[in-house]
Amino acid sequence: MATLKKVSAIKNAPKHLLGIQNLSVQEAKNILTEAKTFIKLNRSSSKKLDLLRGKTQINLFFEPSTRTQSSFDLAGKRLGADVMTMNMSNSALKKGETLIDTAMTLNAMHPDLIVIRHQDSGAPNLLSQKVNCTVINAGDGRREHPTQALLDALTIINRKGNIEGLKIAICGDILHSRVARSNIYLMNMLGAEVNVIAPKTLMPHGIEKLGVKAFTDMKKGLDGCDIVMMLRLQNERMQGSFLPSKREYYEFFGLTPEKLKFANKDALLMHPGPMNRGVEIDTKLADDINVSLVKEQVELGVAVRMACLKLYCK
Amino acid sequence: MTEKILTNLRIIDPSQKMDEVGNIIIDNNGKIKSIGKSTKNSDISKSAEKIDLKGNIAIPGIVDMKAFVGEPGFEYKENFRTLTQAALAGGVTSIVTMPNTKPIIDNVSMVDFIIRRGRDKAKVNLFPCASITRQTEGNQMTEFGLLKARGIIGFSDVNKTIQNTELMSRIMNYASDLDVLIMQHAEDYELSKSSCINESEVATRLGLQGVSDIAEKIIIERDLSLLSEFPCRYHINQISSKNSLNVIKKNKSNGIKFSTGVSINNLSLNQNDIGEFRTFLKLSPPLRSEEDRLSLIEGIKNDLIDVIVSDHIPEDEESKRLPFAQAATGSIGIETLLSLALELYHNDSLPLEKIIKCLTINPAKILKINKGTLKKGSDADLCIFDLEKPWVVKAENLKSKSKNTAIENRKLQGKVKMTLLNGKVVYSN
Repeated sequence: MATLKKVSAIKNAPKHLLGIQNLSVQEAKNILTEAKTFIKLNRSSSKKLDLLRGKTQINLFFEPSTRTQSSFDLAGKRLGADVMTMNMSNSALKKGETLIDTAMTLNAMHPDLIVIRHQDSGAPNLLSQKVNCTVINAGDGRREHPTQALLDALTIINRKGNIEGLKIAICGDILHSRVARSNIYLMNMLGAEVNVIAPKTLMPHGIEKLGVKAFTDMKKGLDGCDIVMMLRLQNERMQGSFLPSKREYYEFFGLTPEKLKFANKDALLMHPGPMNRGVEIDTKLADDINVSLVKEQVELGVAVRMACLKLYCK
Repeated sequence: MTEKILTNLRIIDPSQKMDEVGNIIIDNNGKIKSIGKSTKNSDISKSAEKIDLKGNIAIPGIVDMKAFVGEPGFEYKENFRTLTQAALAGGVTSIVTMPNTKPIIDNVSMVDFIIRRGRDKAKVNLFPCASITRQTEGNQMTEFGLLKARGIIGFSDVNKTIQNTELMSRIMNYASDLDVLIMQHAEDYELSKSSCINESEVATRLGLQGVSDIAEKIIIERDLSLLSEFPCRYHINQISSKNSLNVIKKNKSNGIKFSTGVSINNLSLNQNDIGEFRTFLKLSPPLRSEEDRLSLIEGIKNDLIDVIVSDHIPEDEESKRLPFAQAATGSIGIETLLSLALELYHNDSLPLEKIIKCLTINPAKILKINKGTLKKGSDADLCIFDLEKPWVVKAENLKSKSKNTAIENRKLQGKVKMTLLNGKVVYSN
């Protein structure tokens, strides 16, 4: 079994990881530093540590998820925790059990960590008030997805060396996106300049107050950007008509090689997945290993989640 | 009942423009016999009970135009007994109760039930509302004439809005002939769909679906346009924004006759108080910006808003202990209505007389009831309070059956000392 030097936990760390909004710059940096140590481990042939041996991690997923769920699953297992994944989208809740009751039931089994994904904003906050263990937010409604933002930051640092001074564009369905919100907070904290680009109907109210410049024109919004983060059109969260058609959306907001040229020459492309090819992104561009960081994002996601589990597990 | 004389009170009664130190003499029928500084000793019979209340203020018993009592159907949230206790502890002696019970009060047999039940269980004046439309579904109007004859004070679909414009015009047209009061909640459903908070930076941060104040404004604009064609007794339950107020101002200056209410919550809290998902502050209409709050205070100053209500909505803990979007809407407030309103006096937002007016004679006039006044001969319903007394709101001390107060731990100044109903002391602290 591989071993790693023990890094002391965050001093006075909040017990839960509920969102980037609740983090200090130092806490965010600590997580990223810690995550770097796991990148190499994850690429080696022996990936298992015993840092969380004897700990129980429950992944409570109320929304379907592929990469986040499997990433947390692997991260826990690689640290030696006992991991149980509960797919709640067709479970007790359908029988009328409330989130709190589910939480109390699980709490009685003495888990050390609960990783929660929920369709309602604020569900992890509510959960954290009712259980004795650490709660890690794996995405709540349209509010926050902190580990996604952290893995995006790690991916950028891995390629560009630093985030400070970079200009980052986030494009697409900002309104429904928790990834956008978490990234706005984190990239701002780490010293980047953030542009958001979206059609007006998908731009949330008062977004500028979160510390970004808002654009409705890709050409202007991408100007001078080092990183282009594309977001998925979240059709499942859309009630009613926000856009005339996917075709029109692609025409104005879909990322194509031509539009990417508005950004800096060495600009890199990111996407939290899953991608709607031909809707928000040109399919060839998505697979272009020279510009697309999509696979790296997934890879480093495991390292970031290992860091979070380690640092937040008491 | 023996005669009573309450002495050394500062009496504020906007219905007779009275603000003076004096006495209140209550006759043996529970009516005001004499009031003010000019009460004469000859008015008092020898056997009269004398209560010295020096240092306190007496006002007419408060008339709360919007409260929910859980009976029937939601007795676990509130019943007549607990609502009475909460109301009297807050100096409220007359309550307009909402019809969204289970079953809904939309037919005469329900009215008979609620009036009988209230008479037996509630030790406070109850003025029940019936729904405007059957089952509050917004499709077919209820029997205004029959319901009024059975004792219904007015009509309201509570926190639901008549969306159908044609129906609304007919309701107004029909109501005008019967002289019944129509109380509308202003919210366009298409615009407010699945929203739970004001559309704002706060909503963006919390990741919650917001509703713009246009949803409120558009219904008020529509209804006031209809009202100019079909003048009836029309009341807007609660407004929450500056934009709505502008529409009201414009229409009032055009001579359209209607009245407007506001919840004490929208006068005292704003969207930032929601903090990290405090579901007790999930309200309808939602709390809006500080600018909106301040404009509502101006609205009261300028007589654009006539009434302050508690919008008392008891909810059990289970309905509130949910993710914000799923949690029930509303907060209790009948017991803290006056104290929270007095905060607006203490922080120099409103003159005392204006606050009292919005809590007493104004709602009484809109309802056309003989309450909210201490004129000679009227019922001796009185609220006596200590304007300066400091206290802290603690849910567990509130008398309501449900504890969902929006102002837990708020430090308030001013507390009810005594409440009289028909000359009898029904609460004393």
